[in-house]
Amino acid sequence: MSRVSEIMENMEYGPSIEDSDAVRDWLRGRSPFGHFIGGKFTRSGTTFTTRDPSTGEVLAEVTQGGDQDVAEAVRAARKAQNKWSGLSGTERARYLYAIARHIQKRERFLSVLETLDNGKPIRESRDIDIPLAARHFYHHAGWAELRDSEFPGHAPLGVCGQIIPWNFPLLMLAWKIAPALAAGNTVVLKPAEYTPLTALAFAEICQEVGLPAGVVNIVTGDGATGAALVQAELDKIAFTGSTEVGRAIADSLAGTGRKLTLELGGKSPFVVMDDADLDAAVEGVVDSIWFNQGQVCCAGSRILVAEAVAERFEALLRARMERLRIGQPLDKSTDIGAIVDPVQKDRILSICTEAIGAGAELIGGQQGEGCFIAPGYLRNIAPANPGMQQEIFGPIATLSTFRTADEAVELANNTRYGLAGSVWSESATVATDIAARIKAGVIWINCANMFDASAPFGGYRESGFGREGGRAGMLDYLSEPKVKSARDPAPRQPVLIDGAEGKGHDIDRTMKLYLGGAQKRPDGGAMYKVPGGLAPLGNRKDIRNAVEAAAKSGKWAAMGGHARAQVLYYIAENLSARADDFAKRTNRQETDAAIARAFQYAAWADKFDGTNVQAKPGHLVNVLPEPYGVMAIACPNTQPLAAFMSLVMPAIAMGNNVVVIPAQDDPLVLSDLYQVFDTSDLPGGVVNIVTGVRDELARTAAAHDGVAAMWYVGDRDGLASVERDAGGNLKPVWSPANRDWTKPDAQGAVFLRHAIQWKTIWLPYGALPEGSGGAAY
Amino acid sequence: MSDRRNPGIDLDTSFFADIRINTPAVERRAATLPVRRSLKKDWQAAWLLNAVRCIDLTTLAGDDTPDRVARLCAKARQPIASDLLAAMGVEGLTTGAVCVYPTMVAAAKTALGNSGIPVASVATGFPAGLMPLDLRLAEIRYAIDQGADEIDIVITRAHVLRADWGALYDELRAMRAACGSARMKAILATGDLKSLENVARASHVAMQAGSDWIKTSTGKEGINATLPVSLVMCRAIRDYCARTGHRVGFKPAGGLRTAKDAISWQVLMREELGRDWLSPDLFRIGASSLLGDIERQISHHVTGRYAAGHRQAIA
Repeated sequence: MSRVSEIMENMEYGPSIEDSDAVRDWLRGRSPFGHFIGGKFTRSGTTFTTRDPSTGEVLAEVTQGGDQDVAEAVRAARKAQNKWSGLSGTERARYLYAIARHIQKRERFLSVLETLDNGKPIRESRDIDIPLAARHFYHHAGWAELRDSEFPGHAPLGVCGQIIPWNFPLLMLAWKIAPALAAGNTVVLKPAEYTPLTALAFAEICQEVGLPAGVVNIVTGDGATGAALVQAELDKIAFTGSTEVGRAIADSLAGTGRKLTLELGGKSPFVVMDDADLDAAVEGVVDSIWFNQGQVCCAGSRILVAEAVAERFEALLRARMERLRIGQPLDKSTDIGAIVDPVQKDRILSICTEAIGAGAELIGGQQGEGCFIAPGYLRNIAPANPGMQQEIFGPIATLSTFRTADEAVELANNTRYGLAGSVWSESATVATDIAARIKAGVIWINCANMFDASAPFGGYRESGFGREGGRAGMLDYLSEPKVKSARDPAPRQPVLIDGAEGKGHDIDRTMKLYLGGAQKRPDGGAMYKVPGGLAPLGNRKDIRNAVEAAAKSGKWAAMGGHARAQVLYYIAENLSARADDFAKRTNRQETDAAIARAFQYAAWADKFDGTNVQAKPGHLVNVLPEPYGVMAIACPNTQPLAAFMSLVMPAIAMGNNVVVIPAQDDPLVLSDLYQVFDTSDLPGGVVNIVTGVRDELARTAAAHDGVAAMWYVGDRDGLASVERDAGGNLKPVWSPANRDWTKPDAQGAVFLRHAIQWKTIWLPYGALPEGSGGAAY
Repeated sequence: MSDRRNPGIDLDTSFFADIRINTPAVERRAATLPVRRSLKKDWQAAWLLNAVRCIDLTTLAGDDTPDRVARLCAKARQPIASDLLAAMGVEGLTTGAVCVYPTMVAAAKTALGNSGIPVASVATGFPAGLMPLDLRLAEIRYAIDQGADEIDIVITRAHVLRADWGALYDELRAMRAACGSARMKAILATGDLKSLENVARASHVAMQAGSDWIKTSTGKEGINATLPVSLVMCRAIRDYCARTGHRVGFKPAGGLRTAKDAISWQVLMREELGRDWLSPDLFRIGASSLLGDIERQISHHVTGRYAAGHRQAIA
């Protein structure tokens, strides 16, 4: 029988290998690679090998960057920055556009190179990674053009250090470099040691388009190189990678005043409601955890399925899984390629073993020769099993069931991460509700792993902070308009006085803590002397109680902007009625500022809107501001009323509940203020006030895992401690400069931006099949 | 010729009562299906020849004549030039069937002689189907009388649009009975049904009524076979088979014009239903111009030179 007749019998696919000769020639011509610094490739130094994980074949020798290399790269970037930033928007846009075009022109080359270095199927690098990378530069060419008009008063940060992972090497490079350059920064980027090659090819593109020397610098190396970069004199670090490393970076940047954005791990829920299109959901799993060998930070790796449809869903899932083809990454018919490195393979297998040991059953997931693992999922698995908590970062999902929508949400949110979530339901009513309740930065309704340069991407919780893409992403590469800062007077050592001793002294007021809408004695019972009377000396437990009270007050956010605005207006009205009292306690300026703040943020409460972004036709992509939940605010030790109101009003206007540590030395006016809160229908628990030693209390709050974000106004040492303690749950810390809090620059949208996190919700729509003509939002 | 039949079952709306189909998700899957698989060289040639094996080579035009039909049949018997087939070591390749109007069945039968190629006839007031039921049934009987081996019927779209599943089922049952031993393909005219949920519901009723194949289109609707619609129908076939054990074939028609289309649809069949659905028993392609493009590709595969249409025998 001829071969053709034979194939006509078995109908197999046969090999279809993408040609890699051009790429191999290029590698032979270039290896060993040096760094790309100041527009030139350096001579190679001590090198390490980068391999094709599917075969173990050495692809190239790449230089291990040391402190010197990093320093040189930073110098080159620093030298180039002023001029780069000084170019007109159009001029910078032209460079970004040229980069986008060059990526497109070299799409096949870059796809093959990416696949060789990383092990991902050529289909994915060809159809997803590289086109999205080009798209990112196109989109940000636009932001370069529009920077000055769309971000008035903002300036580039300077030199940014960027450390990217190995799972989407060129795409992550694009996510980092495009917005940085658009904003006028220059960069030093370190690609992952497993996958440095497309970054080096990108460096050639920078040369080809004539990008000014030093605007983009690429230093290759391992974690030690990354650590050197983190230590360097930079204005920002942007990191994508593991939560452990992210935490270490946050720790080492604490108190340096450098900007930091982190895009870290995830264990994202994939919620299948009983009214879902189950076939669609199964394909969603394929696009989630069986995409890029499951090495996707935002992969819907925790499948949660309604008990009512679980059996059928699993049957479909299993059948679909069996049709996936594992094999050579360069084969165009491969669905699942190679794990990036044997180390990662071992890690995946060990987590699976641990999960199985804890009672889970693994379906599929067989290990193959070399770096291959078959797709699979763990069933009979519950949150208490470590396999359902840890990020496996391999092609293994977990599958568990829920009974009702509320249980689905509870399970979905039972994680320290919050990067993404996927919801499957044919009811818009149900799906949008679940989307609102899942605590994650990106929600895909009836789809999974959708990305676009216009759609901000980033996490809640321990998945990091900061956004990449769109307007929100640009803001993370720009510095906010400068304000005139003022020195924050150092707090005095509190003088303790107990209640009995107080009698006979010149004391007219004894303040209490304000927790859950009620006045409470401090846990330790101690008071300290403040102008005009005594203030309670709060301690750790008072902070704990305050956080508890704040967490319990769940209705505030759900009331909506209009209802919150009414309360804030009412606060303004009542403050105004007692303006003379407040002026006596403080002064007229502070009182006026306090009233102004209530008005300002009442105005904003129903106007700090999200946007609908133009990601893809047929997709309604909304970017919505969501409150953090519980925030802690440490106020400056000055202007107790104006500063308090300037910080607390924007936070609560956005729907947060706050734990506030007021001016340490002079908090007594707040005992009048909380009476105003009480009479203004502010629900109990929205504002909680703990007086005492600011920096001690702030550190307790920063270290509290129930606090989602922290604002701190104080000195550098205090900030350093707070930032270090905040690393526990990776809460973002914002430290607005101390200033004259009665002035207009103590209010505005800047404060609101730090009181929310952006959630991007993708909703593909379409009642009519393809070819029926379309409408686009 | 296979004697696979789908006996059908009693109408059971529970098969599709709670069906949920997310159109964008179907389109996404349909868009990625063809790019997830690639066929090169001998594999591509073999898959293209398999497509030929599954083609219902069709002429359904107002100006059809017995001679024109005879020309079509000659092409069905020798769809790819014999030297090309010989070069690949392939023997006895014919199309899956020819498909004509009832009045052309006799001409087709004569032309096909003892080739074993079945003749399919459209019937039931093709393409609109808006004729009295007794006339539609009579047309089926006429076609069979003329020697048709397979009958491609059209459904009453109104029954779907009005969700009158009982009426649809009864009509199809009656047609199935009229078909006797001839195998029945039910044309759903998906371009008229518009929503994919309607397509799925109509597919289920057609299968429950005993259709041996379900077919997308007459070729006369505004939109004929598309991959998304085909995906939905294939999933219905899968579900029906899982619940009843009966295997039903699929026939996309109208809209497949290129060799690339032929590959895409076969990939869909293989990925969604499995290898068995790549045989002419369970998969047919209603097409006319497609064959020419496949022959050009095959010619290039064998000779390494690009082909010109005038050097190929036309249908």
